Amino acid sequence: MADYKALEDLVVQVRRDILRQVHKVNSGHPGGSLGCTEFFVALYNELMERNEKFTMDGIGEDLFFLSNGHISPVFYSVLARAGYFPVEELNTFRLLNSRLQGHPTTHEGLPGVRIASGSLGQGISVSIGAALAKKLNKDKHIVYTLCGDGELQEGQNWEAIMYAAGNNVDNLIVTVDLNGQQIDGATKNVLPLGNVKAKFEAFGWNVMDIEKGNDLKAIIAGMKKAKEKTGNGKPVCVLLHTVMGNGVDFMMHTHDWHGKAPNDQQLETALSQNPVTLGDY
Amino acid sequence: MKKYTDTGKKDTRSGFGDGLTELGKKNKDVVALCADLTGSLKMDEFKENHPERFFQIGIAEANMIGIAAGMTIGGKIPFTGTFANFSTGRVYDQIRQSVAYSGKNVKICASHAGITLGEDGATHQILEDIGLMKMLPGMTVINTCDYNQTKAATIAIADYEGPVYLRFGRPKVANFTPADQNFQIGKAVQLQEGTDVTIIATGHLVWEALQAAETLNENGITSDVINIHTIKPLDDEAILKSVKKTGCVVTAEEHNFLGGLGESVARVLSTHHPAPQEFIATQDTFGESGTPEQLMDKYGLNASAIVNAVKKVIARK
Repeated sequence: MADYKALEDLVVQVRRDILRQVHKVNSGHPGGSLGCTEFFVALYNELMERNEKFTMDGIGEDLFFLSNGHISPVFYSVLARAGYFPVEELNTFRLLNSRLQGHPTTHEGLPGVRIASGSLGQGISVSIGAALAKKLNKDKHIVYTLCGDGELQEGQNWEAIMYAAGNNVDNLIVTVDLNGQQIDGATKNVLPLGNVKAKFEAFGWNVMDIEKGNDLKAIIAGMKKAKEKTGNGKPVCVLLHTVMGNGVDFMMHTHDWHGKAPNDQQLETALSQNPVTLGDY
Repeated sequence: MKKYTDTGKKDTRSGFGDGLTELGKKNKDVVALCADLTGSLKMDEFKENHPERFFQIGIAEANMIGIAAGMTIGGKIPFTGTFANFSTGRVYDQIRQSVAYSGKNVKICASHAGITLGEDGATHQILEDIGLMKMLPGMTVINTCDYNQTKAATIAIADYEGPVYLRFGRPKVANFTPADQNFQIGKAVQLQEGTDVTIIATGHLVWEALQAAETLNENGITSDVINIHTIKPLDDEAILKSVKKTGCVVTAEEHNFLGGLGESVARVLSTHHPAPQEFIATQDTFGESGTPEQLMDKYGLNASAIVNAVKKVIARK
């Protein structure tokens, strides 16, 4: 049984980390990061089987790939607080000579990151490759991926989605952050995605929804159910219904905070809605 | 002059296929991916020998590059195979982010490079791929000259850790390098010694350079002929040593003169030892349909074009 109080505390602290990272450098992507905070916290602290020591090959453990690399603030915070690197390093987000580049990369050797992402649409393909390598290595662990909903507009995803189903890549769980927003506005206005569930199903995936995508209990229960669906010949897709900017009232239900940092006053307001739990970096 | 013998015309893509077959037997981490061109890439034997390590991706090159990058995570050594055009231009961003920037050990193996693909025409030919690939930080770029060298290079790159672009072609060409050669990435091969001119060639143009050197020799002009199979990292030392002796250079490649081997050589010379240079290459143009021989002749990519360029460059000394 998960310690929900501890996980909730971590969620609030990660929100503070996200806000303080982007505020300090007046850039970065808080909206999507906040929307996926509960998912990341649950994934790294409750769902994934992880080895203590980071190795690039990740043999004998579950792997995670972030396809929509712009939500790096939440990724970095959760990695740091899971022990991959010192939390103080969050101070270097987007600064010169930092390992915490604007978008995640292996290039500076940041533990926890296995592929560069940011140019969208590439994460599912990479995850399929890692999943195939696991099968070749007779490694029974799972490969998790997160991608954005707007990101599904990139054609490469559909090449990958077709391949995974056609080749029974069933040790793969792709989670789609279904927040309905992208930089230029609502996805339905920029380029309608249509029925994402029906599309994945038509390609041959096992698809399920987590309607309460910002609720830890719902996420943990849903993702455990998704894991049970692995190993049955089909790749698994989880449609995670989230609210962009979740946890900061003025950032919610809008695309305005996709790639914009709060000013001093806005930061203060946002932090006051998320008081210190585990301690700031 | 050293004598080089064509032991029988063979396509360089078969060198790749046979190299891959050999690799499959000796290295269990080698995996092969193909985007619906298994026969064209000569990957059938690997596929038959190791069906569990062969991945048919379908006509989806972007996905192929991404999957290859992911397979390195877990210790595999992926060799991707498709035409050079679809191996580079079509998937440039996937190679850039998921392979090169991520530092993944992917071997991008590209057949039907250059203009000698022939009758299919410009949509399938590519004369820009060396430039595209050499601009990527950390990418090794290799363009082999014959069957034996392509086979040796295919085997050698499996032991090198890092992304590699291996470029070869479709037509049957002279096979003249040793079957037992020790392929060293980044090491130029001196084929002829001379004092009047340096001819630096890559790929299918190496044999043409040797033919040109013979003709020139009959006219009293002796040439250093250097086979540059590795365009990046370039063997600066070998180039400088030769040009300091001869005082001029002709570069020869089946590629656009913008972004190719010639420009890399020009950079080395202009930095360390400026010297007259002539470029045997296509002149910022697309290709067209025709037989390989017709195309090489029309676009000035053969021994007689090299002979003319040598005469011109010597006059500029």
